[in-house]
Amino acid sequence: MSMAEEPLYPIAVLIDELKNDDIQLRLNSIRRLSTIARALGEERTRKELIPFLSENNDDDDEVLLAMAEELGVFIPYVGGVEHAHVLLPPLETLCTVEETCVRDKAVESLCRIGSQMRENDLVEWFIPLVKRLAAGEWFTARVSACGLFHIAYPSAPEMLKTELRSIYSQLCQDDMPMVRRSAASNLGKFAATVESAHLKADIMQIFEDLTQDDQDSVRLLAVEGCAALGKLLEPPDCVAHILPVIVNFSQDKSWRVRYMVANQLYELCEAVGPEPTRMDLVPAYVRLLRDNEAEVRIAAAGKVTKFCRILSPELAIQHILPCVKELSSDSSQHVRSALASVIMGMAPVLGKDATIEQLLPIFLSLLKDEFPDVRLNIISKLDQVNQVIGIDLLSQSLLPAIVELAEDRHWRVRLAIIEYIPLLASQLGVGFFDDKLGALCMQWMQDKVYSIRDAAANNLKRLAEEFGPEWAMQHIIPQVLEMVNNSHYLYRMTILRAISLLAPVMESEITCSKLLPVVINASKDRVPNIKFNVAKVLQSLIPIVDQSVVEKTIRPCLVELGEDPDVDVRYFANQALQSIDHVMMSS
Amino acid sequence: MNNGGAEAAIAPVGGSQPLEWKFSQVFGERTAGEEVQEVDIISAIEFDRSGDHLATGDRGGRVVLFERTDTRDHVGHRRDLERMDYPINRHPEFRYKTEFQSHEPEFDYLKSLEIEEKINKIRWCQSANGALFLLSTNDKTIKFWKVQEKKVKKVCDMNMDSTKAMGNGPIVGSNISTSSKQYIANGGCTSNEFSFPTGGFSSLQLPVVTSHETNLMARCRRIYAHAHDYHINSISNNSDGETFISADDLRINLWNLEISNQSFNIVDVKPANMEDLTEVITSAEFHPTHCNMLAYSSSKGSIRLIDMRQSALCDTHSKLFEEQEAPSSRSFFTEIIASISDIKFAKDGRHILSRDYMTLKLWDINMDSGPVATFQVHEYLRPKLCDLYENDSIFDKFECCLSGDGLRVATGSYSNLFRVFGCSEGSTEATTLEASKNPMRRQSQTSSRPSRSLGSLSGVVRRVKGADNSGVDANGNAFDFTTKLLHLAWHPTENSLACAASNSLYMYYA
Repeated sequence: MSMAEEPLYPIAVLIDELKNDDIQLRLNSIRRLSTIARALGEERTRKELIPFLSENNDDDDEVLLAMAEELGVFIPYVGGVEHAHVLLPPLETLCTVEETCVRDKAVESLCRIGSQMRENDLVEWFIPLVKRLAAGEWFTARVSACGLFHIAYPSAPEMLKTELRSIYSQLCQDDMPMVRRSAASNLGKFAATVESAHLKADIMQIFEDLTQDDQDSVRLLAVEGCAALGKLLEPPDCVAHILPVIVNFSQDKSWRVRYMVANQLYELCEAVGPEPTRMDLVPAYVRLLRDNEAEVRIAAAGKVTKFCRILSPELAIQHILPCVKELSSDSSQHVRSALASVIMGMAPVLGKDATIEQLLPIFLSLLKDEFPDVRLNIISKLDQVNQVIGIDLLSQSLLPAIVELAEDRHWRVRLAIIEYIPLLASQLGVGFFDDKLGALCMQWMQDKVYSIRDAAANNLKRLAEEFGPEWAMQHIIPQVLEMVNNSHYLYRMTILRAISLLAPVMESEITCSKLLPVVINASKDRVPNIKFNVAKVLQSLIPIVDQSVVEKTIRPCLVELGEDPDVDVRYFANQALQSIDHVMMSS
Repeated sequence: MNNGGAEAAIAPVGGSQPLEWKFSQVFGERTAGEEVQEVDIISAIEFDRSGDHLATGDRGGRVVLFERTDTRDHVGHRRDLERMDYPINRHPEFRYKTEFQSHEPEFDYLKSLEIEEKINKIRWCQSANGALFLLSTNDKTIKFWKVQEKKVKKVCDMNMDSTKAMGNGPIVGSNISTSSKQYIANGGCTSNEFSFPTGGFSSLQLPVVTSHETNLMARCRRIYAHAHDYHINSISNNSDGETFISADDLRINLWNLEISNQSFNIVDVKPANMEDLTEVITSAEFHPTHCNMLAYSSSKGSIRLIDMRQSALCDTHSKLFEEQEAPSSRSFFTEIIASISDIKFAKDGRHILSRDYMTLKLWDINMDSGPVATFQVHEYLRPKLCDLYENDSIFDKFECCLSGDGLRVATGSYSNLFRVFGCSEGSTEATTLEASKNPMRRQSQTSSRPSRSLGSLSGVVRRVKGADNSGVDANGNAFDFTTKLLHLAWHPTENSLACAASNSLYMYYA
């Protein structure tokens, strides 16, 4: 009981708190398990700490989760790789708990440890563990087992390999759907470690069983396996075994299965090669694009560009483009929205002629869509079309859409379009911008919603950065300064905000001659909110302008504000004055 | 799906002979004259899939668990239990296991609504590692509970001598927890400066847990809230083990058990204009084996079967089951009593049992022209519908249940009576039982009652009116509309019934 060495005291507390009633303290101790292990030394960590942790399996899930994570990086503390196997028992216990996230973490840690273990240790310790879990009484153990085979299998001797394959195939036929799901989702990883002879025989048999499972949730995961397995097989085998399955899946009764296919299909095209793609996968994909279920069309529409990139332009124009045309007037706004977010990417694939002839009308109809998300999605990807069809053609149809969005009823839509303005400006160039969009940018400065005004001020700053101070001097500054006399103080405040943002972008001479006087003038405002914002703006100008200007103009103004009747104004004025002194001292 | 042949093969074993029901147990029996507390009234009963556990919920928001005692000795292999087939010779006996407060009364400030704590439904989930899992719901919020044995900790061999270090109290755990927080920060600093000797510090020791007593603990693992604008009437687990549905008057939502912050709306019967509302959802249940299929019942007496594979929003049903009342017998009450209060799938997944106010109906999901069987539950009440309407009893929601073998069905009635019917071909079994220690007491009287009371129909009406709703029928038998047996459950593998009569839980076997 004697706690001799004083420095050990914190560690002693840490150890004691492994069993504290307060979960936060237990969690803290578990997170610092490595410290405890170092204090105990490698041998006692192996002989005492690890067995102690193994028994600590009925703790709260948060603690177990932390423990599972810590043990994954514990090899150095138990004496290196040759002792790594002592970490397996506590993790094995954690693999059987009911909480999914704890089990997943334990499996992850076991994989991490297993991949570092020596081959004969794997045979002696790791493989028996996998077998024990796979034969576990409770489904939780069997679920975890599925995620460990790809670590165990490569180092197993031939006999054991056969056994492991047959165990895995049993797991795929387990009574509990949870186990089958886990087996299905880990099949790709396991298959990657299996020799190609067995891959074609055993694994494909397992795969086929899973694809015919009566639980939708299992079949779903089998779809995911298609692409993974497809990449492992030679193209002819892939065509023979995977292709029929995926074609079947693309006509599955369950929309969720078809949804998965729609998401995965393009990956498979690479695996099977061009000819089967043309023969089987393109028709399957076209079916999905015309599916009855909107969710499936959403998924399919979202992949249309990726799919077209794999195909030849002719195929894409012949088969996919007609569907795209249909989708652009789909009854579901979400389908149109998904299409709008990727359709711009098709332009480089199709080339200039096809784009102008076929794709442009679709762009334009989507740009006029009644649903703002659709229009926004198009606008956000404009750069991709710009390269192909040129700005003149685009700008004619683009502008009305932008103007409409800029005045949309929903402020979030207006906000979204404002955020695209600098991008548009950079793509459309100064000329186009001056004519059409300049007025809009000023209009937003007087929006009813604060977020819009704030974004508008930011937008001005980004435009000034884009087109340079000279342009800003002509096209932004005068208009902004004009608004400083607005009768509503909230709008005057927006102008102050814009000035503070623009000042660092503009040259200091412009700032002093044009902006500063306006700010100083505003310090005479009758609204205290304006006055203390003036103080804040002045403070932000201090580092930008010349020392003499600070002394001659800014300081007197601040001193005056420092004697204002309003407490907030005085506070911010004094803050600003202090920062002047601070700058002086440091220089 | 089992075909008819399999059923026919089972039938001779015990199907045709009426069962002799015997009293087994009662929990929370009322002593004579004892006032029933509102909060103690049982509002939900559910056996788990193995039949080893029984849960009840009450109006006070509590969930009480019972465990089977007569099979303890042959709880063998876990895998066998999961398959749920093991031979048992004795009748099921249960004992109190534990209870916990599942829901508390709440107030929705946005809508100025009180949310009762009453448990509307309980559903068991797949158990694992000896821990039990169940879902319980009140009108608005579903909770996922884990009930597990926890070791009672008694920690000794601490490094810190608490009396010395803290200066007071010998209770190690609590002392350290309050006063040691400052050292955590210190621990963080020193560990870096420290150079640990290779052998470690021998003076440090790990705490030892001495006591191995265990204690049952219920922990709420997840709360699925804010997804229902109307009152939740059902929850049901999917056979895939990862999803469940919750149904309110107008919508059905699909949840993943692991995700509590989002659900998917799969059925929405809310009309654009609430004035066009003619029908509400009254109950919903997943098919026992087909993960994509679910059925829901409506206040108009129809059952809709939907296939979730067809579309994400299942507004169109794949099958509709309803029976049109002959126009001649229509009355003011026709629509009200047609409302289905509960539906249950049979274990084989082929049949659906539904309960409306006056009848139990058994449907074959392959036959949507009409029910395969209709059982009159309390036909003698038909002349009294007017009174039942006036005192709101006509809106009582009786539950129904099927035996595990699908050969019998049961449902409750008034005066703490419940009825068991044989539904195998040719069976005439129709037993009336009373939820008391002597369940067969009423049988001789009730079996002959319908004909007699129908014979003196006019007399009944007159007397009831004259006697100002005294609730006495032509035979002088008192109908007690307040003692209604709404909730009952059939053991999944045996002929054993659990019934809730007010605050008491009665168990019977045959």
